[in-house]
Amino acid sequence: MPRANSQQLIKMEVLKIATAGSVDDGKSTLIGRILYDTKSLTSDKLEAIEKTSKQKGYDYLDFSLATDGLVAEREQGITIDVAHIYFSTAKKSYIIADTPGHVEYTRNMVTGASTSQAAIILIDARKGVIEQTNRHFFINNLLRVKEVIVAINKMDLVDYSEETYNAIKSDFSELMSKRDYENQNITFIPVSALKGDNVVNKTDAMPWYNGETILEHLERLDLAAVSNVGTPRFPVQYVIRPKTEDFHDFRGFAGKVYGGELNVGDTVVALPSQTKSKIKEIYAYDKKYQTASRRSSVTITLEDEINVSRGDMIVKEGDLPTIDKQFTATIAWMDSDQLKAGTKYVIQHGVNKVLAKVDKIHHKINPDYSGIEENVDGLGMNDIAKVTFKLNKPIFFDAFKNHRTNGSFIVIDTKNNNTVGAGFIQ
Amino acid sequence: MSTNTSHINPLENEAIYIMREVAAQFEKPVLLFSGGKDSITLVRLAQKAFWPAKIPFPLMHIDTGHNFPETIEFRDRLAKELGVELIVRNVQDSIDAGKVKEESGRYASRNSLQTTTLLDAIEEFKFDACIGGARRDEEKARAKERIFSVRDDFGQWDEKSQRPELFDMLNGDIELGQNVRVFPISNWTELDVWSYIQKEEIEIPSIYFAHKRKTFVRDGMIWSAEDDIVFRDAEEIVEERLVRFRTVGDMSCTAAVLSDAVSIDKVVSEIRDSSISERGARIDDKRSEAAMEKRKQQGYF
Repeated sequence: MPRANSQQLIKMEVLKIATAGSVDDGKSTLIGRILYDTKSLTSDKLEAIEKTSKQKGYDYLDFSLATDGLVAEREQGITIDVAHIYFSTAKKSYIIADTPGHVEYTRNMVTGASTSQAAIILIDARKGVIEQTNRHFFINNLLRVKEVIVAINKMDLVDYSEETYNAIKSDFSELMSKRDYENQNITFIPVSALKGDNVVNKTDAMPWYNGETILEHLERLDLAAVSNVGTPRFPVQYVIRPKTEDFHDFRGFAGKVYGGELNVGDTVVALPSQTKSKIKEIYAYDKKYQTASRRSSVTITLEDEINVSRGDMIVKEGDLPTIDKQFTATIAWMDSDQLKAGTKYVIQHGVNKVLAKVDKIHHKINPDYSGIEENVDGLGMNDIAKVTFKLNKPIFFDAFKNHRTNGSFIVIDTKNNNTVGAGFIQ
Repeated sequence: MSTNTSHINPLENEAIYIMREVAAQFEKPVLLFSGGKDSITLVRLAQKAFWPAKIPFPLMHIDTGHNFPETIEFRDRLAKELGVELIVRNVQDSIDAGKVKEESGRYASRNSLQTTTLLDAIEEFKFDACIGGARRDEEKARAKERIFSVRDDFGQWDEKSQRPELFDMLNGDIELGQNVRVFPISNWTELDVWSYIQKEEIEIPSIYFAHKRKTFVRDGMIWSAEDDIVFRDAEEIVEERLVRFRTVGDMSCTAAVLSDAVSIDKVVSEIRDSSISERGARIDDKRSEAAMEKRKQQGYF
């Protein structure tokens, strides 16, 4: 069968972008504008937007209607949960995690940022840097999102003033001096989402700005460079034992490779047993490979018959993670039931689950860069804090700053099984 | 041949990871199979995830009795080839048992009746995870769906208290009576699915390709008239047209599009160039703007 164009159509680059903005900063309009200008809105969706805009008596197209999905949101005119929006260019596929910006929805922002390599923080040019902006920046910095675009929006409403833009830029730069993750790349772009200035297309309205548009910037990003690279970690998800005649002795360890690559012949150590072996084969489906690249789902076989099960981890010899029964982490609390010292939770670290006890809440960290609060006895919804956990058995972790995957975990409530928090190991 | 795995598409890597999480975290998973392109893609991904072992869960089809015959024939053949158990539960049985009432009138469809049959089957087999082919790009309410979406005893979706999903950690812990709907191709677009079918040379039912069919036009959409299932007014004229289907739901709620795409390559270029979204051809969504969200809350896929 001929396979015309299939090479270009399967996109090898998928860039995930988190968005953050306060109510009325025009975030939905910005996303709608990106979709419209990249011709990603289908004719029936565009028709629906035109129809509703007219019904509401607007003299412009309300692009925010392209993204505000749930009935409750349409009624209140706000976004209340993470929505995923897809578009693609000739170069890349994009997934936008549209996360709400109000104070009470920090949890959604943390969630959106956790899977993103880039973030767009919106600022209303008329309002400048506000308390919300501090939070948006704090969270994206805490989650170590590599690329941040600060989109100064509604420039049309401040007469496209260069002074206004520069003043906001300088206010934001003050925030940057307080950040923990310093290698984050930050780009300022003056835009009008409503008019379409500097979103996808360049504009004549701001001749003083010579930089890229938002899309130009995203198109140029090198995905390998914006993803966090560390040392190879292979958490075993599932053991494949076909027990068929052809594959009688086959014992394959299925999982995803994080951080770096693994090769046939590498000497590896299985954790927690610390047994040494060598990688015999690497399979993706029925094909054998020499190298398992970062983030690929593969099945590995080992030279020796050693006992490895789900939750164990295969790593390279001489490149071991920390193996410990306790750790300290920054956690983002996401539940209305408070986290209290002494309470037991389940911690899911990758595919591994362990029972954990809150040993100590050190302090709360105000996510607006206004400092810390000590002597805290409980954490409420949207609180961020430094906490020490003790575990019933050791896990194999890296510091979040060295390994975004192997340094993060989620907290599960043992009463109702809900995901109630996320943590980043120190 | 490549010596490293970097050429494998990131969406495939993600979907395989999700399939393996399902097999590892649940006791009785099932793959919901409709015979449509999305569930056919799921089957291929499941095959890849567990090779050289067989897919470690059964396929289940909720048959409305109004499916295209081509789809049913295809379904049976695929299950046989894979050597995987196929469970079929019929909406007709739910109607006969008086559990649901058949709709009447010109827009009558069995699409929403499927929910009851599905929930009964989940209870009958005690399935704790149902893998489905829903994609977030299909519809606005689906854009907020999680990859592991927890349903209560009544199969209902509470969109306001969904579990947050961070990094790629999937929390499959549930209480007795709850179950999880799993969507491994959440992040795929329609074009991604078609490109994958093309690249992998996956066989799909013939109704996805252009063919001559007796049809009539209503509300600007093309309906199939090759059977007695779709209610038709006397003045609605039946004409033979060259059409294909972009989505394979029930005959009573799936409209055809004019097309001369007879091969997968032509279908892919048609999709790439087309400007009407896939669900635009689903009559059930046009009922109201919030149609999908309401059906989902009641336990629909």
